[in-house]
Amino acid sequence: MIIKEIVDIVKADVLTNYNDGNTELKYGFASDLMSDVLAYARSDSLLITGLNNPQVIRTVEMLDINAVLFVRGKVPCSEVIELAKENCITILATEYTMFKTCGLLVMNGMKGLEIDD
Amino acid sequence: MTDRFLKRYSYNITANDFMSAGKGSSSIKSNLKSLGIDANIIRRIAIISYEIEINIVIHSFGGKLHCDIYENKIVIVSEDIGPGIKDIDMAMTEGFSTATDSVRELGFGAGMGLPNIKKYSEGLEINTGSTGTLIIATINL
Repeated sequence: MIIKEIVDIVKADVLTNYNDGNTELKYGFASDLMSDVLAYARSDSLLITGLNNPQVIRTVEMLDINAVLFVRGKVPCSEVIELAKENCITILATEYTMFKTCGLLVMNGMKGLEIDD
Repeated sequence: MTDRFLKRYSYNITANDFMSAGKGSSSIKSNLKSLGIDANIIRRIAIISYEIEINIVIHSFGGKLHCDIYENKIVIVSEDIGPGIKDIDMAMTEGFSTATDSVRELGFGAGMGLPNIKKYSEGLEINTGSTGTLIIATINL
């Protein structure tokens, strides 16, 4: 799924955008626990989270993930935005809850990761 | 390739400094990129180094993080001053954590730190006692 589709589906605000319009994010991974993200997420994933601190960006930086979607109306703090800009990471934000966000993305074709992937 | 030592990168890690946590690992990642190391190997090293860095921030009174470059391997070494790991077998169990609620609110303390480090390294040595912990994680090139 490309960023533009994700933005349309969850009515997201685009806070930073470094993705080529055609770059596909094959999987979604939703978590507020960054160690779980480090254990299971892949670089071709969109991270969906309600956690709002710089460690979210540090975590995706280590994994080479280049897009994060903040849920539950969280407005990423300035440290998050600055760190995302330094690392060319796309930041989206939606008012929807994590459950509704994931449901909409899955209904529209985004895949979830298996633990053993 | 031999195990000839080439270079060491070192970083001071401050206890409880969650705003800066990850800077050392970010720098290690950039340095490894500039050395032309394979992206998948860099990703594994970055995860190991970041988990170790976060552990120092959460559990110790401060420490050092090193990245040693050899011709045939990368070794991440951490030395911290602190209370040590009381039960290594439990700490190696996925989901077991001694982190406080305030640390969990920051997104850590899921009990995946040491299991992740083991998962992504080819060799892991942990020497721990009541004054601190030494971790040596090896990734072959």
